[in-house]
Order: sequence, then structure tokens, then C-alpha cells
Amino acid sequence: MRRAAAEEAILPAVVALLVAAIVGDALILSFGQNPGTVYRLLLEGTWGNAYGLGQVLYKATTLTFTGLAVAIGLRAGLFNIGAESQLAAGGFVAALVGLMLPPGVPALMTLPIYLIAAAAGGGIVGAVPGALKAKFGAHEVITTIMLNFIVLALLNYLTAAHLKVPGSLHTEEIHSGALPRLASFVPAFHGSAGNVVIVLAAVTAAIVGWYLFNTRGGFELRATGLQPEAAEYGGVNVGRVWWRTLTLSGVLAGLGGLNFVLGYKYYYEEGFASGAGFLGIAVAIVGRNHPLGVVLAALAFATISQGGLAVNAVVPKQFVDVLQAVVIIAVAASVPEVRRMLRRSR
Amino acid sequence: MADAATKQPAIRLTDISKSFGPVRANQGASLEVKRGEIHALVGENGAGKSTLMRVLAGIYAPESGRMEVDGRDVTGWTTSQAIDAGVGMVHQHFMLVPTITVAENVMLGRELTRGLQLDVARAEREVEELSRATGLAVHADRKVADLSVGEAQRVEILKTLYRGAKILILDEPTAVLSPPEIDELWGVLRQMRDRGETIVLITHKLDEVMEISDTITVMRHGKTVDRLVTSSTTPAEIARAMVGRDVQLAMDYVADDMPTTPARERIPGAEVLLDVRSLVVEDVRRLIAVNGVSLHIQAGEILGIAGVEGNGQTELVEAIAGLRTPRTGTILIGGRDATAMTVKQRGDTGLSHVPEDRHLRGLVLDYTIAENLILGQQHLFTRGTRLDGEKILENARRQIETFDIRPRDAMLPARALSGGNQQKIVIAREMGRPFQVLLAAQPTRGVDVGAIEFIHAQLRQARNAGKAILLVSADLAEILALSDRIAVMYEGKFAAVLPRAAANEEVLGPYMTGAASESAA
Repeated sequence: MRRAAAEEAILPAVVALLVAAIVGDALILSFGQNPGTVYRLLLEGTWGNAYGLGQVLYKATTLTFTGLAVAIGLRAGLFNIGAESQLAAGGFVAALVGLMLPPGVPALMTLPIYLIAAAAGGGIVGAVPGALKAKFGAHEVITTIMLNFIVLALLNYLTAAHLKVPGSLHTEEIHSGALPRLASFVPAFHGSAGNVVIVLAAVTAAIVGWYLFNTRGGFELRATGLQPEAAEYGGVNVGRVWWRTLTLSGVLAGLGGLNFVLGYKYYYEEGFASGAGFLGIAVAIVGRNHPLGVVLAALAFATISQGGLAVNAVVPKQFVDVLQAVVIIAVAASVPEVRRMLRRSR
Repeated sequence: MADAATKQPAIRLTDISKSFGPVRANQGASLEVKRGEIHALVGENGAGKSTLMRVLAGIYAPESGRMEVDGRDVTGWTTSQAIDAGVGMVHQHFMLVPTITVAENVMLGRELTRGLQLDVARAEREVEELSRATGLAVHADRKVADLSVGEAQRVEILKTLYRGAKILILDEPTAVLSPPEIDELWGVLRQMRDRGETIVLITHKLDEVMEISDTITVMRHGKTVDRLVTSSTTPAEIARAMVGRDVQLAMDYVADDMPTTPARERIPGAEVLLDVRSLVVEDVRRLIAVNGVSLHIQAGEILGIAGVEGNGQTELVEAIAGLRTPRTGTILIGGRDATAMTVKQRGDTGLSHVPEDRHLRGLVLDYTIAENLILGQQHLFTRGTRLDGEKILENARRQIETFDIRPRDAMLPARALSGGNQQKIVIAREMGRPFQVLLAAQPTRGVDVGAIEFIHAQLRQARNAGKAILLVSADLAEILALSDRIAVMYEGKFAAVLPRAAANEEVLGPYMTGAASESAA
């Protein structure tokens, strides 16, 4: 990357974090606390100990998947607001498959099955707005938002009516294929939710990066996002790219469901990652729709989110929500893609 | 008062500088215009003409320099101050609200009211009076959306005059007009000049400069390089000042009746490479835009399509290119039925296409030069699913060299290039590969004189190498300079198809406006 381009890519994120820090300072002072103390607590509670780090990595894993989902959509000029329900659907279908598997099948054999299940769950939810957009020109923002309501309600109904363990909001545990937590490799992580799905997240990010920047499909996808008329002129079937990308976006979000179902609780639970889909939008924007940026942004948002618990004793929990919101607004205001998007939708 | 006004120049801009980020649009530009004259501000694309005039109109504040209007220091004034002082600018792209009437548009920003209500009747009366007084014929009560481009432009001018403009700046006003409309505009401008108003005309068309202006300022690379009096200069001298070297002007061919590349007679027996039969195409509003057009082009022939923009040329070209599905009709490329082919298949069959709008279709502006040079051929630059980076760079290096694209940096985004070099990317991509048929739509629009010369040479060379070329241009001089046969398109049909030898501006003009027609061949 050229130096100027690199600066342009990184500068908005840095400025956003600085603005967030200043607003954060002001807030902390208004609670009569010392910003230094609060930030130290925040860091100690996250990166400062193995448990905190494990929690951060767990949260970052889900956010990486939803962030990638939104980012690949934005690269094609599509704003997928549906990662929330695609994530849930991915987790649900994976858990459903897990309930049907016989017990004791080794993880090596079940993993491909789970991958397909989660991908199919999210992918189907993504394909619907994709097809509606390609066939009828229905705006994906509207259709994905509406599908969030429909899909989440449907999953809640299925869980509540047919699958839940009485007295809970979750299904039975899956019979086989659970993946190990990080604690089984490094005991210090004991008790934290971090698990090996994080490797899958990293590999997925690398594959998405490769696809976007090194393949013909990625070339056509990005051209469609930047200038659909030019892509059409260049022989690209723009409708097909829309359809394919929204499906792919759903697949990526759906895979995020494995983090909870295979790596953490081993069952599907209503609202298991509530908010992670929407936060994926912020992750994608702060990460400038670049897979590496998405991974870093996911870590940053996971840190803030986990850090909120650590500083809870001295400032209200909502403090970190405000901090997150400030980061999002600051980046959104400074990132060219977002400005272009806003211009287009006017 | 009258004395003071005649002594002081109407406009005096000294040493104006204005940058946009790293781009220095004006660096020490100057302009002086006397009251009551028509002044042409000429220069290549990107020379900084529009920027300088926007500074004068108060849209941009200069970073340094001094601005005087009627002897008064107005450096860095605002748009509303400029309007109050009688400086009005008519922009290249119309700034009218299409859904409301002419009178409503004219009074927009200075609405006449009666009590709480808009006084539309009075506005219409006033607009009609002004229309009569200036000779700018408009219908005050018609919706802007229903107007022709020429009429919309008259409304723009009226709007400026309504606000009391005594200094009128026109940015490339003829780009969208037919020859009779242009003549009409010149008439109005001359009348205004004779009433003592001052007009600055931004243009890069030298025939216009010669016809209408009294004095000329030439800009190059953001600086003022020459001031000329029209009656004592020649187009060649102006062009030299614009480009900084001698250039072969398309106009010369017209004047000297094509000395270097005479139009070819139809070559008996030459293969017909593009054959279009009874094509009917709809526009975006689903109205018939191309109404039963048939054409055929032989190997080694350029068919030029003349006509005022918006008469179906865009739809015709896009239908042949595969970007628009025709309602009926057949398209044969190199003898193969291409009617149902995708864009990609047509490309592989030997069709190249220089689209009319390089910023919309021709380029992905944020892609690098190298990436843009494979757009449409990306399937030929892959190994498996992977793009072959080496092959792409190798292709870029070759094309940049052959077509002299500057700067010579394959990794630069297309956005960073000048209009002429952007167009060279498109030309390189479409002509620097094997092809049989070329659709060239507005191939030199908005590019500088040097690049025009280069692109024209490429087109002639391709023709001589046995390609079939369909040339669409709003620039009659270009059509006349390049074509072997000329078709005039009017309201979706060919009003006439003439051999080059039988065509000139006087002959084509009436066909372009629908005043004449022949049953097309």
C-alpha cells in the first residue's frame, strides 16, 4: 500500500479513538473519578489477565465474523443490516444438526458438517434479500431489517415451542463435536469463553482478504461496489454479484454462530449473541471494510465491551456504551466510504 | 459615473491562486475584461478556467491574489455578495428544479409573495417581459422537465439576468446545443454585449472563440499564458498557446476539406463487420428511444453518427454493446448473431466499446490504471480463480507505453489522472487488444487538444487496419474529420445517411433539428 493510502486508511480510526478518549475522560471526570485509574482498570480487566483476555478473544471472534459479513457487503456496495439474524440462524441450524448427530463422533468429522450447517443457516437468510434485490431491486437495507424481525421471531418460536429445556431459553446440549476452549491448551484461560473457533475466524478473514483482492470474483465484486455502471460495462452481471455477495455475507455471519454453539455453551440459546450483528456494522466501518482492519476493530470493540465489566465498580456500565457510540460516530463521520454511502442513499 | 465605468475594467483578477489538496488549480492566474465585451477564457481541460471563474463568482475564496469588479476590491467575496454586485454564473451542469415551472425556477431564492402566498402570476409576467427584452425565448409556465436542453439553458441565463447580472459567466454553454441553438445563443449574447453587459465565455472550442469573442485569455496549468485580440489571431495560434506546441486541429480538416485522410469510398466486397437490423430500443423511462434503426459497417470504414444529444444515440450504442436489451431487432458482429449475447461474449466476439461517459462506465475511478486496463477482460487475466498479477502488470506496462498514459505509474488510481489520460486508459484497453468492431461514443469529450489529436490518429489507424468503427459524437467537426459515411440521428431514427463528400455543417444542420429528412438508407 502506498504511504498516502495507508495514512488515509488508518488516520480516521486513530482520530476516532482520540476523540473517544477525550469524551471518555470528560465522562469519567464528571463521575468524580480519575481517568487514569479507570483506563488502567479497563486494561487490567481485559488484556491484563488471562481470563479477561480469553473473554476479549471470545467476543472478538463473533465480531470478526459479523464484521466480515458487513464488510464484504459494503465492498459490493450493499449495506447488510441483517447480520444479527444471520448470526442467530447460523447458530440455530448448527445446534439443530448437533442435536441430530449421534454422540461420540470425533470433532474432526463433525466440523465440516457444522461448518456447512452454520453457513447454510446464515446463507439462506442472506440469500433472500439478495434475490429480492437482484430480481426486483428491493433495497437490501429494508429487507434485511425486516428479515431480522421475522427470523428472530421464528427462531424464538421454534426454540420456545419445541426445543427448549424446560425453565430455560436454550436447547439441549449438542451430542458431539464440541470444540475445546483455550483453557485446555493454556490453563490460565480457565473459566473464560475463548475457544478454538478464533482460529476459524482468523482463517476466514484471510480467505475473505484473498478473495477480495486476488481473485476475479473479488475484482468484479469491488468494481460493482465502487461503480456498478462500470462493472456492468465490464461484463459483470451486477444482479448476480449482489445476490451472491448478500448470500456470502449471510454465510460469514452464520459461521459466527459456531463460536457460541461449538466453542462455548454447546447449545443454542435465544439471544445468544444479541447485538453482535449490529456491532458488526461498526466493526466493518471502523475496520475500513478490510479483513485485517475488521480483525483489529473486532479486538478493539471486544476490549471496550469486556472492559465495561471491569470498570463497573467505579463508573456505570453504560460508560462503555457511550464510548463505543463515540468511536462509531467519529469514524462514520470521517470515513470516505460512509460519506459516499450517505450521498448515494439520498 | 459612465466615465469611471469605462475607464475601469469590469473584471480584473490578479495573481489568483487556489488549490484543492495537492492539486494547484490556479497558480497566479490573471484576467482582465473590459465592460461591454465578450471575452473567451480558453484552455485545455484542467487548465483552471472553471476554478478561476468560480473564484470570481464567490464560490471559492482565493488563497492569494486580488479581485476587482468595476474597480472595487472584492477579493474573497461570497456568492451572495457577487450576485448583489451583478456577477452571475451559468454552470456547465444545469441547476434547475425539474418538477417546477420556468417562472418558479427563475424566482427561486428571491420568491415574490403576496401575503403568505407565492405570487406566481407576477413571476410569470416578469419572466415573460425579461424574455422579450433579452430575446431569450422561454415559456414561463412550462415545467423545466419538459424543456429541451437549449431552452433549459436559456432559463439558466434568464435566472441570472433576473437577479440583475451585468457580468455574465458562461461555463461551456454549447456542449449540449445543436448548431441552430448555438446560433441563437450567439445572437442573444451579442445583443447583451451591445447593451453594455460583460460576458465571459469558458470554452475549449476554437471555432466558437473565433466566432463570438472580442478578446481572449488563454490558460495553461493554472496560469494565464496569453491574452489575444480575436480579430488579429488565428485558431492555430490559440491552440499553440493552449497546448504549448503545434497541434493538428480537427477543424483544419474541415476547412481544407480533409487533405490528409480522404474519406474512403465504399469498398466493394469488403466484409460487413457490424450489421444492425431494425433495432428498437427503449430508454430508462421505457419510451422508444431508438425507433427501427438499421446500419451496417464494413471492414475499414468509419460510420459517424451526428445529432443533438438525447436523440437515441446513447441507447443505440448501449444496445449494440449489450448493456440494454433491444425490444426488437438483430445485431450481427462479424457475421455472428450477437443479439442475445452478454457483454462479455460480445467482447470475446471482437466488439470493443469506448463508452460515452468514462466516469460512469468507462473507468472504475478508484481502481488503479492496471486494474482499469483489464476491465471487461478480467476473465483473460486469471490463473484458475486467481487474478494473474504479473500478467496484469505486464499488460499495464505495455499499454501505458503504447498509448502514452501519464503519469507512467500502473498503481495510480484512475481518479488521479487528467481527463485526457483517463480517456487514454479507455482507448488503450479497447483498442490495444484484438477487436473487429469498435463503438466509439464521444471518444474525445472533455479531453485536451493534444489527446484529441492522439485519439483521432488511433481511430484512423484502426480504420486503415480494417476495423469497422461506429463513431458517435456531439462534435460535428469530429464527425466530419473522421467519418467515411455520416448518419444523422433525430428522434430515434436516421434522418439521413450521407457519404462524407456530400456532407458539411450546412447540409447536416437541418437534419439534426428535424427540419429536413430523407427516407434513411
